[in-house]
Amino acid sequence: MLIIKNLKASVNGKEILKGIDLEIGAGEVHGIMGPNGSGKSTLASVLSGKPGYEVSGEATYKGKNLLELPPEERAAEGLFLAFQYPVEIPGVSIINFLKTCINEIRQYRKTGPIPPKEFLSLIREKQELLQLDTNFINRPVNEGFSGGEKKRNEIFQMAVLEPALSILDETDSGLDIDALKIVSNGVNAMRTGNRSFLVITHYQRLLQYIVPDFIHVLSNGKIVKSGRKELALELEEKGYDWVREGRRQETGNRGK
Amino acid sequence: MTESNEILTQLTGSEYKYGFYTDIETDTAPKGLNEDIIRLISHKKGEPDFMLAWRLKAYRHFLTMQEPSWAHISHPPVNFQDIIYYAAPKKKSAPKNLDEVDPDLITTFNKLGIPLEEQKMLTGVAVDAVMDSVSVKTTFKEELNKLGIIFCSMSEAIREHPELIKKYLGSVVPYTDNFYASLNSAVFTDGSFCYIPKNTRCPIELSTYFRINAANTGQFERTLIVAEEGSYVSYLEGCTAPMRDENQLHAAVVELIAHRNAEIKYSTIQNWWPGDKSGKGGIYNFVTKRGICLDENSKISWTQVETGSAITWKYPSVILRGDNSTGEFYSVAVTNNYQQADTGTKMIHLGKNTKSTIVSKGIAAAFSNNSYRGLVRVEKNAVNARNFSQCDSLLMGNRCGAHTYPYIEVKNKSAKVEHEASTSKIGEDQLFYCTQRGLNKEKAVSMIVNGFCREVMSKLPMEFAVEAQKLLAISLEGSVG
Repeated sequence: MLIIKNLKASVNGKEILKGIDLEIGAGEVHGIMGPNGSGKSTLASVLSGKPGYEVSGEATYKGKNLLELPPEERAAEGLFLAFQYPVEIPGVSIINFLKTCINEIRQYRKTGPIPPKEFLSLIREKQELLQLDTNFINRPVNEGFSGGEKKRNEIFQMAVLEPALSILDETDSGLDIDALKIVSNGVNAMRTGNRSFLVITHYQRLLQYIVPDFIHVLSNGKIVKSGRKELALELEEKGYDWVREGRRQETGNRGK
Repeated sequence: MTESNEILTQLTGSEYKYGFYTDIETDTAPKGLNEDIIRLISHKKGEPDFMLAWRLKAYRHFLTMQEPSWAHISHPPVNFQDIIYYAAPKKKSAPKNLDEVDPDLITTFNKLGIPLEEQKMLTGVAVDAVMDSVSVKTTFKEELNKLGIIFCSMSEAIREHPELIKKYLGSVVPYTDNFYASLNSAVFTDGSFCYIPKNTRCPIELSTYFRINAANTGQFERTLIVAEEGSYVSYLEGCTAPMRDENQLHAAVVELIAHRNAEIKYSTIQNWWPGDKSGKGGIYNFVTKRGICLDENSKISWTQVETGSAITWKYPSVILRGDNSTGEFYSVAVTNNYQQADTGTKMIHLGKNTKSTIVSKGIAAAFSNNSYRGLVRVEKNAVNARNFSQCDSLLMGNRCGAHTYPYIEVKNKSAKVEHEASTSKIGEDQLFYCTQRGLNKEKAVSMIVNGFCREVMSKLPMEFAVEAQKLLAISLEGSVG
């Protein structure tokens, strides 16, 4: 699904990602953990094509050179980013926004606009999944939303757009335990077939609900440790200092 | 180059799709402005003597006036002697039905998407189309006649309904009102007239389409709408012009009169040729629009979507004379490239419990300047007057300007006047969020802009809201910041 080799990124000459190697297979869930400032969000931004970074290295997604595609084509190819800080779009209703997005993506895929009936039943199904009240979709995108509502809206959009690869950037931050469960259920419901996830988080709490196949620890722009899901617990126990200065270690099989 | 600038460059590269010119034989007067030209116009139109006398009074007054200079716009002086004041598509006699209308004209209006043909009229819009100086065809007239509604060209109204014209023409915007209104009163050539009798609800949207086709022509249309007691009418005007290098002058006057319990809803989609990317050419749109809520419980609502013209100078206003009357102004003004807009409204509260609402959305891109100028005046006797004003500006790029000039004059202590204003930029974060969801930059901008204007767009009649949304997208194609 996604193969990253020696990915480096800097902003205004300051190097933030210092050579990332990562491989995410179809159907896999990878967790990325790391202390503040380790480059977690930058990784998410660079993969989704946010402007403003000088990027080198390779990222191959579904056999295509990801780094050459503009963000909208990455999205149309099935890459989704759940934002850490979702942006407000005043006056644009969620339902209108999503319909436009779906139809743009379908145009890219040459499948023609979605029939209204199909669209409405899709929306209804996902609203139930995320336990959103019926009026939610008529509200303007993120305008006046609480932190939790914004995050739930991100996962709702993800559920509606049904991406092949979803990157969740600190989706757990700002969520109380009930909202966290709802959001995690939403993600887990999509863990079928070949869908892959890259779950970025500061705390291992989220990874108790969205159990990853692999965990990587990012520190100072590099993956310093990779392992199976147990690694999260170990990290929680020993703290990031345990890996911060260490070299990359392999615990358990990487697979693939 | 930042993302914004890049998009800006793309946006400004968009094309004006109404820029075609139709080669129709026209009957034109010589260039220049003098009493003989005014006599010629009046004669060509077969007007009664009182009309010519009024025009001449207006012209003599015009000669004593100066061009206004207070607006936040700049342009070389207009040479009023270099303009053709009368241009009409040539025809043998007035067309009685569609078959007699010049087929080239019909092609022109079809290109503009105006439903002139009978079968297209099922859309429920009655259209009066004005090309250059003459009203070409008014559709749906007979159906309206049955209800006693008069919807015809101004020329026809002057000939057929002189008593109404004498009573109302110039009653809201007198010929002494301002420089351009005086000029218009002297040389106006056509426009629409609309009269809704007592307790009648006009069952369809009335619509006028204005088009400047001939070169070096000024268009001076005059529109008058009278809504008698308890009546309702919704009226829409649209405007386009071919692409030309020189600037063309458009100085219209619109007057609305709402009697007791009457409501007039007036919507404009103004898309005159805005000039090219370097600011060459385009229409000077210097317009006076004013309505009066004459008696109790009357209501006048202006909605405008202004995307065209090199320069726009217009302030659709409401005089709230009747007690409990309501005035509304909803505006979207878009400027791109070197366009300049100085637009807003005046709400004059005279009666008791009068209410006004102003919602203005200005969008500026490239090198353009977009100003809101509004006056809210509450006079001594206007007990419990209320006004709410909201003026929002959206900037794209770093080289455009947005300005807000609110004037508030209150002479009654019970008045409540609120003013809110905001200025924002389309953020790169907003753009990235949209592109990450699969929208290209142009789609993203159009979505963000339409969201920004939603309050105003929702006031447009349904049939035109979609067109207006597309127009917004076209006007800003490529221009994000």
